[in-house]
Amino acid sequence: MFGLEALDLARIQFAFTVSFHILFPAITIGLASYLAVLEGLWLRTHHQVYRDLYHFWSKIFAVNFGMGVVSGLVMAYQFGTNWSRFSDFAGAVTGPLLTYEVLTAFFLEAGFLGVMLFGWNRVGRGLHFFATVMVALGTLVSTFWILASNSWMQTPQGHEIIDGRVVPVDWLAVIFNPSFPYRLMHMATAAFVATAFFVGASAAWHLLRGRDNPAVRKMLSMAMWMALIVAPVQAVIGDFHGLNTLKHQPVKIAAIEGHWENVPGEPTPLILFGIPDMKAETTRFKVEIPALGSLILTHSLDKQVPAMKEFPAADRPNSTIVFWSFRVMVGLGLLMIFVGLWSLWLRKRGTLYSSRPFLYLTLWMGPSGLVAILAGWFTTEIGRQPWVVYGLMRTSEGVSNHSYAQLGFTLVAFVVVYFALFGTGLGYMMRLVRKGPQTGEGDEPNPGGPGQKRTPARPLSAADDGHEADTASLSKGN
Amino acid sequence: MGIDLPLIWAVIIIFGVMMYVVMDGFDLGIGMLFPFVKGERDRDVMMNTVAPVWDGNETWLVLGGAGLFGAFPMAYSVVLEALYLPLILMLIGLIFRGVAFEFRFKAKDDKRHIWDKAFIWGSLIATFFQGVALGAFIEGFKVVDRHYAGGTLDWLTPFSLFSGLGLIVAYTLLGCTWLIMKTEGPLQLQMHDLARPLALVLLVVIGIVSLWTPLAYPQIADRWFSMPNLIWFMPVPILVLVTFYGLLKAVARNANYTPFLLTLVLVFLGYSGLGISVWPNIIPPSISIWDAAAPPQSQGFMLVGTLFILPFILGYTFWSYYVFRGKVTHEDGYH
Repeated sequence: MFGLEALDLARIQFAFTVSFHILFPAITIGLASYLAVLEGLWLRTHHQVYRDLYHFWSKIFAVNFGMGVVSGLVMAYQFGTNWSRFSDFAGAVTGPLLTYEVLTAFFLEAGFLGVMLFGWNRVGRGLHFFATVMVALGTLVSTFWILASNSWMQTPQGHEIIDGRVVPVDWLAVIFNPSFPYRLMHMATAAFVATAFFVGASAAWHLLRGRDNPAVRKMLSMAMWMALIVAPVQAVIGDFHGLNTLKHQPVKIAAIEGHWENVPGEPTPLILFGIPDMKAETTRFKVEIPALGSLILTHSLDKQVPAMKEFPAADRPNSTIVFWSFRVMVGLGLLMIFVGLWSLWLRKRGTLYSSRPFLYLTLWMGPSGLVAILAGWFTTEIGRQPWVVYGLMRTSEGVSNHSYAQLGFTLVAFVVVYFALFGTGLGYMMRLVRKGPQTGEGDEPNPGGPGQKRTPARPLSAADDGHEADTASLSKGN
Repeated sequence: MGIDLPLIWAVIIIFGVMMYVVMDGFDLGIGMLFPFVKGERDRDVMMNTVAPVWDGNETWLVLGGAGLFGAFPMAYSVVLEALYLPLILMLIGLIFRGVAFEFRFKAKDDKRHIWDKAFIWGSLIATFFQGVALGAFIEGFKVVDRHYAGGTLDWLTPFSLFSGLGLIVAYTLLGCTWLIMKTEGPLQLQMHDLARPLALVLLVVIGIVSLWTPLAYPQIADRWFSMPNLIWFMPVPILVLVTFYGLLKAVARNANYTPFLLTLVLVFLGYSGLGISVWPNIIPPSISIWDAAAPPQSQGFMLVGTLFILPFILGYTFWSYYVFRGKVTHEDGYH
């Protein structure tokens, strides 16, 4: 059916659940650090606006965190259900790393999340700030572990193969494998940039509706400083990550570039656009710039970039997909850099908060960071194919032995359930965003939390119900 | 090295799963009791009794999954592949239940019934397939060359389906006695009336499982009925009967706390009984925790972090239950 095999369905299903999941942690990582910065600034300057923003975003953070926990529950089991052969083969390395990720997340929740979300009026300022910083740090430590696991699958080292299974011999080598530092930097920065654009779009939405207040302006201003500074930094990190990939997974780069063969003695061109054709082993309709490929990837004008045909057909990833997913990521990245520069120009002219074309672009760029994250992960994961553990185990060898019908049934179930439930969750987050930051909302004690009699201590309950207050604020704003 | 790492990890995972069964059991049970309680305000109270703690309860399930992956990758791979459908359906049920928990309180009045249904069906599906998975686990898996070699629907047997129904009864009784402890007035009375029939049905279920497993699986019969095991394990069924007697008595005299505590004892005994039947196998009928263990480098590495963090999680768990102790009434708002 549709030319798909059971293996493809298993991959689509895993890609679907993990793609849905990653959106929540990405925003969690970014917002946690944003909240820590806001609280730090409030403690230093005592400007009400930071405090208001802290309370506004901590509610959205709470809902988002809850969604991440629920969608993460599925991930803890999907390795075994969909990739049982892989789990048996590589579980000795990836299992402990996943356990550490889970433990870190729970440690966080047990230790500091409650204080952060419910403790504003119950613990001292210093202790509360400490809790926020620990939550921010904790999200990054969680990222550290899960990316160590993924990076090891991309560039495995520090292990031996005994009886056909992976045995870790040097954990430091396993964790700090060659692609890990680059991937960690790239992903953490991506989370920050994605969050900045999410925050910026929220501010733009309010400004476009004429709801102008110091907190909304501060939101936009901070987001645009991030865009201006961090988006270009991300481009540099991405470049280093690409060079690292060229060294360790050259065929992935060749597929990303849609680059099939080198002409002897000539530098490699850069194909801007085209449609790589896996069967015909060529890139159709290509628009290319001579020598630019060599310049970007080897930083020289004479060295050649490896080409797809230098690798056996069975070892090549699908260039058609990664060629385009990579360009979506880079294109959005360039657009983000442009938004950052435009914001600087408008800031100088004093029209940052009133230029409607700019605000509309910023609004539409709201999901750009998340789309870029997905495009980037599609590039690196599909680019790793046909391997599940690079050079050690093929994806086709790692898959569970499930029937087509079984996988099709569960895939449909996941799609329906995820869109219905997480769609509602996203809708709820948007409702909170729409309320906008309120002046002095942190002054009233939060009714929830540990220490209060019979009140909830869960992340999601930190966001109190919006719809009545919602209408009130809407009418106030109009 | 004199430390038996696989044994330590088996104990940690068994402990984690037990924490899960004990703690998530009653909140799943509350979902299944929803159809018996029609009043909106009573339903609010029921949810409020577990609202502060339910997601912490699921913590143990995630920890169990990740721990199994790291410490016993072979078991993780075989069991999860074999139980693919029941586990995926269980997870989907749990997602429904979890999200319903949050959105029921946030929904407008006209939408609340949707989340009520999501809560009921989520709890029911999650519990039933958890029971099915448990039953199929006890029946064992066909393993060839470290991989699951059975079919897609091997888990679908009369025994596993019966286990699914059995777990529904067990969790509903847990939920029922939990509500006796946590509520008052008409809702508590209604739970009192339900507790007795539920307990009797559970007694029948436990009786059937206790006869069915040794009759169908000689290995299990051998484990229980050979000497001197018979003497060692005799206290388990005796304690089950004594506990049931105490439970019925406690319900009859309208006790508040005792029914829930005794139901927990029952669940613990049932869990121990199943443990005795399969120990030391992690993939019944024949692959032991030592056969399926990850290399010591992996188990040791994980143990360091786990032993450090587990006390924090436990402490936090006990503290949340302590904070939210006592009866929940209509007057207690969710917020």
